Parts: sequence; C-alpha cells; structure tokens
Amino acid sequence: MSEVAAHTRLTPWPRSRPAGLLIVERNAMVYRRSWMILLSGFFEPLFYLTFFVYPLGDFIGGVTLGDETLEYAAFVGPALLAASAMNGAFYDATNVFWKLRYGKVYDAMLSTPISPGDVAVGETMWAVVRSLLYSAAFLNILLVLGLIESWWGLLILPACFVIGFGFAGAGIAAVTWMRNWQDFDLVQLVMLPMFLFATTFFPLSVYPEAIEWLVQALPLYHGIELIRALATGDVSAFQLVNVAYLGLMGIVGMKIASRRIDGLLLK
Amino acid sequence: MTTQDGQPLIHARGLVKRFGELVAVDAIDFDLQRGEAFGFLGPNGAGKTSTMRMIGCVSPVSEGTLRVFDLDPAEDGVEIRARLGVVPQEDSLDLELTVRENIIVYGRYFGLARSVLKQRADELLDFVELTERAKDRVEPLSGGMKRRLTIARSLVNEPEVLLLDEPTTGLDPQARHVVWDRLYRLKRQGVTLLLTTHYMDEAEQLCDRLVVMDKGKIVAEGSPRELIERYSTREVVELRFADDDGRPEDFSEWTDGLVSRVEPLPDRVLLYTDDGDAASHGLHERGLVPESILVRRSTLEDVFLHLTGRSLIE
Repeated sequence: MSEVAAHTRLTPWPRSRPAGLLIVERNAMVYRRSWMILLSGFFEPLFYLTFFVYPLGDFIGGVTLGDETLEYAAFVGPALLAASAMNGAFYDATNVFWKLRYGKVYDAMLSTPISPGDVAVGETMWAVVRSLLYSAAFLNILLVLGLIESWWGLLILPACFVIGFGFAGAGIAAVTWMRNWQDFDLVQLVMLPMFLFATTFFPLSVYPEAIEWLVQALPLYHGIELIRALATGDVSAFQLVNVAYLGLMGIVGMKIASRRIDGLLLK
Repeated sequence: MTTQDGQPLIHARGLVKRFGELVAVDAIDFDLQRGEAFGFLGPNGAGKTSTMRMIGCVSPVSEGTLRVFDLDPAEDGVEIRARLGVVPQEDSLDLELTVRENIIVYGRYFGLARSVLKQRADELLDFVELTERAKDRVEPLSGGMKRRLTIARSLVNEPEVLLLDEPTTGLDPQARHVVWDRLYRLKRQGVTLLLTTHYMDEAEQLCDRLVVMDKGKIVAEGSPRELIERYSTREVVELRFADDDGRPEDFSEWTDGLVSRVEPLPDRVLLYTDDGDAASHGLHERGLVPESILVRRSTLEDVFLHLTGRSLIE
C-alpha cells in the first residue's frame, strides 16, 4: 500500500446527480442476489385470476358500467393490477422498517454527504422501481388473457408508476411511525379492507350514497379508477384527479418521511 | 502547534449538547490542527461520542460555537461530511453486501465514480489486510476485521480528518494492536486523527495531544507526557494486601515524608512518588508488609484518577 492520505481532493463537490439515486443503486446491488422474489409478484395475481376471478365470473356473469357490459375478469383484472402496484410499493417501502430500527445502514449513509431527504427520496424511488417490475409482469398476463381492451392501455404502465409512487411515499412515511412488528398488524387492518372495498370486485354503485363518498376517498379507489379507465378506454378528466391525488400522496409522504428520519437518526 | 495557514480544522468554543434535561457536553473548548492526532480521553458517559457526533454533523449543536473546516455544521453539513472520514463506535457495515462492495457503495455515497472506486477498494483492502476476504459477506468476519473494514471504508473519500469513536473498544488485545498499527501508519502519512477512547494506553500510543473529559467537561489538556508531569508523579508504587486486616486504615503514619500522595482503592493502594524503589524500601524499613509491591511508571490512568477521583474503566 502506498499512500491512503489525502493529497488532492478526490471527492467531487458539489455532486452532480441527485443523491437519492445512489440509494437506489445500493439497493439494486443487494437485490441482484434475490431477484427470485419478483416471481411472487407475478404469480400472486395470476393465482387470483385463475382460482378466484374466472370462477366467480362464471357465477355472476358480467358487470354493467354505464351502458356497457364488461366480462367480469375484464372488470377485476385492471383493479388487481392497481392493487398489485399498491402492494408492491407499499410493502417494499415498509421493509425500510428493519433498516431504520435495527440495521445501521442509514447511520453509515448519514455520515456521508447523504441527507435524510435523500434517504426518503431514494427508498421511495426504489419501492416504485420494484413495484413497476411486478406491474409489468402482471400487465403481460392481462394482455395475454385479452383483458386490456383499449389503446389507452399503453398508458397503464405510467399509471402504475403513479400508483406505486403514491403508495411508496405513504409507506415510507408510515414506517417512520412504526415502533415494533405489532404495528404492522394495524397497517394490515387498513390495507386489507381497502383492497376489498375500493371497487376491486364490484362497482361503486352497489354502495349506498354515504358509503360511496367514503370509498371515493380511498387512495386505492383512485388507482383502480385510473387503470380501469385506461384498460376499458372509458377515459375522462376524472383520471387527472386520480393522478393528482396519488402524486400528492407520494410527495407529502416523502416530505413527512424526510423530517421523521431526520428526527429519528440525527439526534 | 501551528499549521501552514494557522486556521484550525475544527474549532469549538462553549460547545454544549443537551438531551432534554441531560447535559451531555457542557461548554467545552478545543481546537484541532492539521496533521495532529488529538484525543478525547474519558470514561463512558463523559460526552465524547456526543462531541464526535456534533463534529460529524449528525447531531445538532445545542449551544456554543462549532466550526469544521471553517464551515458551520448547521448550514454546511453536507459539505463537511464530504471531507470527513468516520469510524463510529458501533460498526455500521452493510450486512447485505460483501466486504469489497461495502467500500464501493460507501464511496458512491460521496459521488465517486465506480471505476475510481474499484481500484481504491483494492488498495484499501490491501492496507487493512482484508484482500483475501474481499468477496465474503461481512457478517462472519471477526470483530477486529469488521473494525478494519470500517476504517478502510472511512478512508474511501480521502478524508481531511478521520474521526474515530472508541476505535478498539470490544476488540481482543491482538486485534487492538493491528488496528493501532494501521492508525499509526495513517498518522505517519499525515492524516489528521481525532479519536475518543477510554483506554489510556491507546491515548498514550496514538495521541500527540489530548483532553481529559469527565461528566461533559474538559478537565485537563496537553500531551500525554505533559499531563503525567503536571498531574502525577514519575512513578507509582502499587500495594496489595492479602485481606482487610493486614491493610492499615490510615496510611499517613507509614507514608509521611516518603511519598507525595496516597490513593487508596478498593483492591489496592497507590503511592505517588518520583522514586518508587526508595519509597518501597522506606515502607519496608517502617515495617509495613503488603502481600505485593509493584513499582511502575505513571500513566494517564493515574492522571484521570487524580483529576476525577475515579478510574477510567468502571
């Protein structure tokens, strides 16, 4: 070993690229060894369709939306895609819990030029990337099964990005409030009913008006509306509301997470 | 000690860290000059780690002045951290990556190019003698290896100051000597070192200058030799007694005129004198017969005992 001391400055400063990307890069290095997990994101919705949605469709026939009647699988398929984008992003984001509470990874990062805001942005983007991989796999299944009926379908993957972003941001924020593994049960208490009630399996019109309002406030409802509209081609200006809702949720979530990580780790 | 430009790398005046009611660091003053090895010596809870964290810009200053590279940690934390190397008390290695990847990823956090880092990682692993473990996971490494990897990692950005918080705590004696050897080489290469320790031998071996900390305050400052000259005698006579019956309640009648100071501890009695052999001879003539007598040189442990009335490791 010759010299390890500083003679010339080697660290370029200020940095040229957003530091959040460096966290995505770190996670990708770890993930290279566990890409098999991706298959679970592919098979789970496939099992749903094969063993639940198609048999149920035989039983109840089609779903009437406005003046159009849809095959049941074409109604539920896009909703399952939205839910898969949500779950992929949200649960990947909550994996941060381990790093935040038990691992020392962030302590090391924060002693470098990485800041809490970079951590929040980086982990959010990483959760979105993983969620997009699940979504792309699932979208392929829907295409093969002929459940995407419109050219608007080309926008489904970008829409999955928006859903992933919204729920990744929410997940990153939520995880900073969790104190132990029991708190994950509380999260499940919100996520599972939302999955069941956000018009995944039946249209909004089955609910009484008061409940309709409640359902329309759910973030997953906006994700499902977005994907379903693009899949069926029944697109309206309401889809801009869907995008705005989810985008805002992601941004606010990252902001909260950034402040919380700062408070938790930089004491 | 002065540097070319005379500006200290780190400058603290009246620096305070509070956690609610607790005052962890209580108005300390110090300056770190380029090229020196400077130490904070004190027991656990003295406020050493809190001070290091404030310098590392991962803990906000509660009160007082702190300048690092003449920058303000509250405003320029990112730039300061880009120029520091940090070896934390608890290893914070990335357990999901290999030994070599740990260095590369850490270097990426500084925005260094992957091509530069690949070469740099090999050099650093060579420096800390971990080349053979480059492709291994971190978890199975021994404590000493993990610490060496943490040191290698902290050098990846060619830091202007290396912060080491208790660099050898928890290591076995052999592993400690390997770490000391590496740190000593860094020091010879001109790397500025700032370290905390509660091992007096570590402070004596590595530090050109140190401050003794106790309960958040700096109680003394100087080179190890200066501190020993100022607060202790040249030699120490350690007396041990077989049981409490053989141990006198009051030592003054035995030691008056023989030694300059007596420090009774639960397990032994320390007599401070410039001539240990003469003192033990004198005791023998006066008829005091302890189980064992040991004459040794004064250490920083004695300095700390004199200043605080307690020992460093409790």
